[in-house]
Parts: sequence; structure tokens; C-alpha cells
Amino acid sequence: MTKKLKIVVLAKQVPDTRNVGKNAMKEDGTVNRAALPAIFNPEDMNALEQALRLKDSHPGSVVLLLTMGPARAAEIIREGYYRGADGGVLLTDRKFAGADTLATSYALAMALKKMQPDIIIAGRQAIDGDTAQVGPQVAEKLSLPQVTYAEDIVGFEKNRLVVKRRLERGVESVRTPLPVVITVHATAPECRPRNAKQLMRFKHARTLTEEQDNEHNSYLPLVSPESLRIPEWSVADVGGEESHYGLSGSPTKVKKIENIVFQAKESKRLTSSFEEIDMLMSELISSHTIG
Amino acid sequence: MDNIIIYIETEGGKISDVSLELLTKGRTLAGELSCKLEALIIGSSVEQHTQELFSYGAETVYIAQDKRLEHYLTLPYSAITIDLFKKERPQIALFGATSIGRDLAPRVSSALVSGLTADCTSLEIGDHKEVKSGKEYRNLLYQIRPAFGGNIIATIINPDCRPQMATVREGVMKKEPLKTPVKGVVKVIETKDIIKPEDFVVEIIERHIEERKIDIKGSPIIIAGGFGVGSKENFNLLYELASVLGAEVGASRAAVDAGFAEGARQIGQTGITVRPKLYIAAGISGQIQHTAGMDQSAMIISINSDPNAPIHQIADYAIIGDMNEIIPRMIKSYKLNSK
Repeated sequence: MTKKLKIVVLAKQVPDTRNVGKNAMKEDGTVNRAALPAIFNPEDMNALEQALRLKDSHPGSVVLLLTMGPARAAEIIREGYYRGADGGVLLTDRKFAGADTLATSYALAMALKKMQPDIIIAGRQAIDGDTAQVGPQVAEKLSLPQVTYAEDIVGFEKNRLVVKRRLERGVESVRTPLPVVITVHATAPECRPRNAKQLMRFKHARTLTEEQDNEHNSYLPLVSPESLRIPEWSVADVGGEESHYGLSGSPTKVKKIENIVFQAKESKRLTSSFEEIDMLMSELISSHTIG
Repeated sequence: MDNIIIYIETEGGKISDVSLELLTKGRTLAGELSCKLEALIIGSSVEQHTQELFSYGAETVYIAQDKRLEHYLTLPYSAITIDLFKKERPQIALFGATSIGRDLAPRVSSALVSGLTADCTSLEIGDHKEVKSGKEYRNLLYQIRPAFGGNIIATIINPDCRPQMATVREGVMKKEPLKTPVKGVVKVIETKDIIKPEDFVVEIIERHIEERKIDIKGSPIIIAGGFGVGSKENFNLLYELASVLGAEVGASRAAVDAGFAEGARQIGQTGITVRPKLYIAAGISGQIQHTAGMDQSAMIISINSDPNAPIHQIADYAIIGDMNEIIPRMIKSYKLNSK
């Protein structure tokens, strides 16, 4: 008999910083956040696919999403449902605000202690910060082994998971016991598309907060059935030391933010002389376009 | 106490460039802070490297040697690093932003409850005054890095937690040995007191070199070549520039059809659509078939000897000339300016 696995996918809602087109910049060169849609972090999508594949090969397994963010991040849980997950939890509390990676990891670890998964899978990094720190830090907080840069979960035998990792100059296969934290690299297979049946079934999945906000919104059912309720957990639900959450639990502070000013659109013509090319390259470096 | 420790990575029996770059930067920081520069190296036989570490300014080299540590493993490597940092209490600890450094450093920072900043592009020493409390901090490490997909530059500090930890990518800092090596000391770490059998629960089954798949869509910088590049050999120049800038190489349909590049690299209407931060188009005329797949790039640089090539119309910077001269100049200039 194959083992039934409980898998939790860590997913983050992020501004789509990859598709920074010209309209994503205001005239003063600052980021026009409104023009950047909130999306499911791409590598977390690769992570979800790995979880769903394990579920396919181990019938009876459960895939849940865990996300931390404001009320609108419930969209992450719905997106998970549409693609075949069995549910999820939104960690949301003003006390989480201002968290750096360490305070974020603490909050996720506290929620994971409550969820008790066999396998935790996350994207390697989120595109709004690119730090790749949360996965390993969650593993440390839970005293679990970690396998980062995973490209493929190759198999599960005798309570050991075999994972192929993508490194700078090659690949490495490792065998790990459970529970374990795995972070998935962008070279892993893309996530399967939304399933139409799942979409119809779960598009009305709501958190309590969303239901209350939608009270006067006539085209939505006033109260979703209990099975479509997305749970919201606060600090009170997961416990732990309050001082470890949010800003107070964050050793790193942002001292200064500098916006990158983009050039106005007008072709500058250059010759192939070293002096002109050198000037262009220095400009690109100082504007952090390269380097 | 209060020194700077650089984590030294090795690869194929050699010290990684990024570690030597961090030592070079560490010398400057240690000079400003009047503290010692130290190195930690872990592996199965790594003592051979001490002389080279001295020649890059490491005054103390901590060596953890054990035949079970031939390849990097998260748990034993982090146990050794955490143990050393607890005993030595460095004020700053730097790691390469490699697949190893980015696996190890967050684990260590979590265990020590100290802050970590990933992929810094610049490190400086400076002061800080807390606005609310008025508390003043001297000689903090300013950890400067792009964020938000490269659209902002943030300066991060860790006022109260030690060590102040950061990772830096290879090639960002300059690598320079000393003319005369320092007379450093070697301190051997007794690994058997630190690592436990359960630190080896994750086993490496096999490792091999494998070419990375082409990922043009995900690349923030793309160097694309067209028919005007002239040959498959000439495309090597584009690969060279791409490797220096951390970019991917793309191609127009004409270049793919001519066999200069693989089909997976094709950008345009019948290829992939991309929107990178920077698009450099070399030897591409700028037919609509191609520009449809890239005209939303945040910045476009065109290189073409034909001043009337349509690609120049949509470029932010149009360089008129021969790419065989221009690209080597770009590489040379980047290497001169990026340090």
C-alpha cells in the first residue's frame, strides 16, 4: 500500500516584478505599484506542481497551501484549489506586518507546527525579494532537514524521498527522510493548468473576512457553505512569542530605499568608440540595470 | 570576538572565486573597523588552501576537516558554522550567494537569530540613528542590494543582532591578492565534537555535470543576435557577454533558421515573447516579427552597422557599428567599471 502523505505548499502573493513594462514606471522613474498585478509567486507554482505529482502517485494524499499576507492573499488558496489542491490556510494578522525573512519564517513555522505535514514544499525564492531565505529558515525553526534548489522529486520509497537538485554546474540527487522542507527551482516542470471543474466548485471559496466584505455584493452567495470556508489564522491561533513576529521579530531593518530612475524614451545614438560604450556601460551599472 | 569571518567555498579542489572576492572586500571592511579578517573552510582535505587564504589577507583560518565532509551537506556544515559563530562572535559574516551559500547562510542566521541580507551588490560601513528612540549606532554594515525585481535599491542594516550576515554573488566584488601574504594562524575545529550521526540523514546519491536548460523568459537581461551576427562562431561573442552580465542569449528567427542558434532561443512572433529589464539586440534588423516579441523590454540597446535599421527606432540606445568591435568593448568596460 502506498503511504498517504500530508503535503503543505508555502506560497506567496507577490507583485509581478518580472513583467516590468514601460507603463510600470511612473514619469519620475519610481515604481507604479498599481500597474503591477498581484500574482502567485512563480517558483511557488513549480512547488505546487511537485506536490500535486506526489498526490497523483500516492492516492489519498492531501495537498494544502499555507500563505501569509493581507486578506486578498486568499486568492492564493483559491488558485491552489483550481489546480488540484485540497485546501489551505491564510495566515493573516496586523502583528505580522513588517516581517523580514526571519520573522516570516517564524510565523510560518508556528503554523506548520499546527498543521503537522510530512513534506513542506516551497518555491526557492519570491520575485519581490529574491532572497531564497524563508525555506531554509523554516527548516531550521522546525529542526528539519532541507533540500534546496530541487528540480524534481524523483520518487518516494521506504519512507525516503529522492530529490534531484539543480546546482550551478550540474545536478545532484539526494535521499532524505521525512519530514523535510524542499525548495523548488524555476527549472522544475511548470504547474498544470486550472481544472474547469475545480474552478466552478471553488470560485466561491471565501475567508470569513471576504464574506463580511461582500455582504452587499449581490452576485455572490451571502454565506458560503462550510466546506468552502478558507481558514484565517492569526497570532492567537498559532501561538508563540509575540516579540518574534513582525517588525519586532525582524533583525534586519531597511535604512534607505532608492528608486531606479529609468530613461525617458528617446533613442540616443552612439558610435562604436570605446569612450562612448564605456560611458553607456557605466551608466547601466550606476542605474543597477546590470551588475 | 568582533572580527569578520568569510565562509570559504571550494569547488573541484580550488577555492571559489567568490570566496576570494569576499576576502578582498573583507580586508577593506576589517581595515575600517580595526578588526581581524578570518576565514572558515570546511571539507575533507582543505588544509592545502591555507597559504592562498593568507595571501588574500585571512589572519586566522579555521579548518574543519573530516572525510564525511567531502561534499557540502546542509546539516553538518551548518552545525560547524553555527558552533564557530557562537564561540567567536564575529560582528560580520559573509558568504558567496551560490547554491551552497544560499542554503547555508539562512540556516545559520535562523539558528543565531541574526539578520541576513541576500545578494548584496555593495557593502559599506556607516552609522545609524534610530529615529524613534534616538539611539545611535556606530560602524554598522550597510548591506546594499536591489529588490522588487531590480526596481529599487535598498540599504539594509542589522542594528542589534550579531553577526551581521550577507551573501554576495560571484563577480560583484574585486579579487586581489596581497603582495605579501599575512602571517596568519590556523585553528583546527574538532568536528567530531560538533557533528552528530543524525546530521547525515540526507545522503548524496549521485552528482554529475549537466547543462542547464535554456531559460530565456526568466532572464532579466537578454543578449539577442540576428542574421547580421554572421555565423555560429560569431555568436560566441554574445555568449561571452551574456556570461559576464549574467544574461541569456536569444536569437531572431533568421539567426535560428541559419543555424546560428538553437530554436529554444528564438524570440519573436513565432518564438517566445520576453520583457526583460535589458535587451541587447546585435545584428538584428528589427522586423516586426522579431520586435513583437521584445518591444516591451524596459530598456533596449541596439547594435547594428546599418544606421537605418528599424531596430534603432525602438532602442533607448542605438550603437551604430560592428558588433565584433562593440561587444568586446562592452565586456572590457564592464570588467573595468563593475568592481
